[in-house]
Amino acid sequence: MSLKIEIKKNNNIVVIKVEGEIDMFSSPNLREKLLPFFEKNVKGIIVELAGVSFMDSSGIATLVEGLQWSKKESRHFILTGLGTTVYNALSLTKLENVFTIKQDADQAFKEISRE
Amino acid sequence: MIKVENLVKTYGSIVASNNLNCHFEKGKITVILGGSGSGKSTLLRQITGLEKPDSGAVHFDGLDLTCTDKKSLYEKRKKMGMLFQGSALFNYLNIFENIAFPLREHTRIADNVIKTIVTMKLEMVGLRGTEHLMPSQLSGGMTKRVGLARAIVMDPKVIFYDEPTSGLDPISTGVIDKLIRDLNRKLNITSIVVSHDIESCFRIADKVIILFYGDIIAEGTVEEIKTSEDLKVQQFIKGEPEGPIPFTRTDKNYVEDLLLE
Repeated sequence: MSLKIEIKKNNNIVVIKVEGEIDMFSSPNLREKLLPFFEKNVKGIIVELAGVSFMDSSGIATLVEGLQWSKKESRHFILTGLGTTVYNALSLTKLENVFTIKQDADQAFKEISRE
Repeated sequence: MIKVENLVKTYGSIVASNNLNCHFEKGKITVILGGSGSGKSTLLRQITGLEKPDSGAVHFDGLDLTCTDKKSLYEKRKKMGMLFQGSALFNYLNIFENIAFPLREHTRIADNVIKTIVTMKLEMVGLRGTEHLMPSQLSGGMTKRVGLARAIVMDPKVIFYDEPTSGLDPISTGVIDKLIRDLNRKLNITSIVVSHDIESCFRIADKVIILFYGDIIAEGTVEEIKTSEDLKVQQFIKGEPEGPIPFTRTDKNYVEDLLLE
């Protein structure tokens, strides 16, 4: 199953909506979309994962790169809409408490706008 | 998940697989037990597509691996992980590069991402911090664990373990057993283990298949195997030197053999 990625920008916050399966072969596509924003002066990145039915180690590792960026640059990197499969993948790698996870993009926007 | 049908493999007069039929269930640990020369490794090589049977079929996710084209077989192999008997690490690469090898070989994943994946896998096998070491600097148990980290680096659906505990001390054996069990339960990986380690088998197996000279002589749960009334099964699991399983492979009379001109 191919990966569908939609990007929107609102108030200098980037929302990346991902649909499909994130695996060893599709995760480089997600990374290609994410990387440019690490170079730009955005307030935060929200990755919507509600439409993701499967995520493997490479998907998690790609998101970890976002986490590294957010820590280094003191920016927000928020995951939303995690289904059980994606959440389990994070918890297997002991990372479920390391990421900021919100129910949906609205909540993520509120989190970023609190500052 | 994997179904073996009427599998036959012979080497000259030796029948390594004698019309074998068995099923490896998704998400379960199946241990193939048997003495040396019983046909365990031959069966494993046929299931993984490394060796072609004389006849029969191996169905993996709906595809018969015995008669599929190379490209499809290659694609299916990406879903398989293998822990080789000697772990088969590359001596000239450090631990990090050994584990990263399949990712570099089969994917276009960037170095940064590979680094994170390798770290996650080393954490799973309890060896984070050994990335820079060379295989020659590892103990036998650690070598197996690195082999295991490499086997799971591509997130396989099935892992094949060839004698995962052979040559290990009891504690290292316990560690490997626990890892096999944990990986199976946490990642829902289908696991096929070839072994002659009875204790280890009884600790990890959901299902046991016992081979004897190319035949399946028993299959069932650990409890069913333990309580089997088959004399060959009892001799094997108790490690008794005397019984229906002969020590020597030839039927020829020893004295006659000596006196042959």
